[in-house]
Amino acid sequence: MARLNKETLVDWYRQMVLTREFEETCYQLYTEKRITGVYLHLYSGQEALGTGAIGNMEIGKDHIITAYRDHGIGLMLGMDPKVLMAEMMGRVDGSSGGKGGSMHLASRKLNFWGGYAIVGGHLPLAAGIGLEAQYNETGAFVVSFVGDGASNNGYFHESLNLAGVWDLPVIWIIVNNGFGMGTATDRAAGNVNLHERALSYGIKDMGRVDGQDVMAVYEKVNEAAQHVWSGKGSVLIEAITYRYRGHGVSDKQYDTAFAEELAEWKENKDPIVLFRRHLEDKYKDISGELDDIHEKQKEIVAEAVEFAENSPFPDTEEQLYANVYVE
Amino acid sequence: MATKNLPMREALRQALLEEMRRDERVFVMGEEVGQWQGTHRVTRGFIEEFGEKRVRDTPISEMVIGGAAVGAAMAGLRPVAEFMTINFAFLALDALINHAAKIHYMFDGMFKVPAVFRAATGWGDQATATHSHMPEPIFAHFPGMYVGSPSNSADAYGMLKASIRDENPVLFTESIGLYGRPGPMPEDESGDYVLPIGKGNVVQEGTDVSIFTYARGVEWAKQAARTLSKDGVSVEIVDLRWLRPLDTDIIFESFKKTNRAVIVEESLPMYSFGSELAAQIQENCFDYMDAPIKRVSAADVPLPYSKYLELMALPDEDKVVSAVKEII
Ligand SMILES: Cc1ncc(C[n+]2csc(CCOP(=O)(O)OP(=O)(O)O)c2C)c(N)n1
Repeated sequence: MARLNKETLVDWYRQMVLTREFEETCYQLYTEKRITGVYLHLYSGQEALGTGAIGNMEIGKDHIITAYRDHGIGLMLGMDPKVLMAEMMGRVDGSSGGKGGSMHLASRKLNFWGGYAIVGGHLPLAAGIGLEAQYNETGAFVVSFVGDGASNNGYFHESLNLAGVWDLPVIWIIVNNGFGMGTATDRAAGNVNLHERALSYGIKDMGRVDGQDVMAVYEKVNEAAQHVWSGKGSVLIEAITYRYRGHGVSDKQYDTAFAEELAEWKENKDPIVLFRRHLEDKYKDISGELDDIHEKQKEIVAEAVEFAENSPFPDTEEQLYANVYVE
Repeated sequence: MATKNLPMREALRQALLEEMRRDERVFVMGEEVGQWQGTHRVTRGFIEEFGEKRVRDTPISEMVIGGAAVGAAMAGLRPVAEFMTINFAFLALDALINHAAKIHYMFDGMFKVPAVFRAATGWGDQATATHSHMPEPIFAHFPGMYVGSPSNSADAYGMLKASIRDENPVLFTESIGLYGRPGPMPEDESGDYVLPIGKGNVVQEGTDVSIFTYARGVEWAKQAARTLSKDGVSVEIVDLRWLRPLDTDIIFESFKKTNRAVIVEESLPMYSFGSELAAQIQENCFDYMDAPIKRVSAADVPLPYSKYLELMALPDEDKVVSAVKEII
């Protein structure tokens, strides 16, 4: 794990802080109706997962795909916050020219194959992307995040089974944040040890990982990558985490109902606070540097907002009909 | 006695509540219908009254929500299965199309499937491509299942009751944009106000042009009719209520009177409600046609997120007015 020098770790910290800043700003913008529409699902509270997993990827070579809670993934991969914010606001300078919005961020260049809004719908896509890597012997793997809720529909079963039959190079990470909308995991899954499902597909059960601990996530996914690289096929990891901003920001009822639990997570298991503690233990006198990161990310997000709000809305027939088909 | 006014979601709730009280076999299942009172609040208070036996929260598993409703119905229960939105019913297409709609015929009447599949439908509010559909015509393509969608509170009440009491499977969709819309309830408070399946309704009589539509289209048609009346155009509005069975009698009768038709639908234009009606009219009323039939629908694109593009893509009152003006 030679790559884990101070510079790398500080960069992870930056990613996580940037994401938190971006998400909380989105929340604010949504309440001010500067971001519009029904759906906005924030990644706050789950930052360690994205950063820890992506830390193992060779960006542009390896692949990643996720559901609608996708802003953090884009930011951590290195997408320009300006472009992401413009997409959030439906502007022409957004990553999809405003056509996709918050739930459908993507970057072809970074092999970020998108956020998807039909629960479980992206899982077979992950299998197919893994098939390409295997077929063309690129040596790349796919990171596919899976909601705990998503792990209960048919897409999950068929995708992981295929990955098992064909030994596809896919790392499935169940993001167990305790709920699918308001429904707790134990009200939706017959066996709440979601990682154990690996056994029925003949893929490696890698157990659980503390999704709030970026170092632990990194190591777990690293182990997974070794397994995949050695040609042994797919693996399943279950990460335990929590969401800070309800299901979507318009679903306040869930936050209210689980207020105590939520407060407990924020208080004692915040991934950024935990990682900061880790860094401060490891490197003396790093506090100032970390403080600067917070300041800097605020500026970056503020610039992104300004950029996005100055970008025009698409509003022509030509834009409306562009890209229905490949021309 | 003045009739009550209720938002459409409350009218639906009332109908479902009364049917569950009337018939022990009726139960509901779906995502967040119990503990969370239903995403659209149609099952508010149900779990408290009927308990978990008859108000069943499911995992996010549309395939089995649809399929288990078919099985339960075959075996003798009266499931009212809820898809949080119609977009997710696509995951259950096979259960609905290959099983719900075909089993009675395939086994030559041996089994029946008295299930109701409820789903919020329609688009708007930047829900983006995968969450923006009004796909009733897809389901109505297949014989064996009824498909209906109400435009107002009283109809919602009477149509849902009819669906639950019928022996056939029914896909019953509810426009998201109409849930909060208040409207008068039926005067008949006996609990047996049941609107016949497959019967449309003349919402407003007129002489110059017929607007055929359903669900939220009725609202646009009414607004357009008001605008057009200022120019002296007399508009007849027919709310079909059901895509299957389709009330062709009401369509032909209206068309034979006005000799002009505009068909308004929230859905996509190709292979649609509009194309079906236009075909039926020209086949059956050719001698009565004074002008080409016009269709107003969504633009033929997957719906974009960005707000102005979205508005451009959707039908509205102005588009209905323009279509009428083109043929009168
Ligand atoms: C097929 C389908 N059914 C229902 C929904 C509505 N829905 C959107 S997100 C969601 C909860 C998903 O929970 P989970 O997979 O655990 O992801 P999380 O939101 O916790 O990240 C539901 C039910 C949907 N988008 N797609």
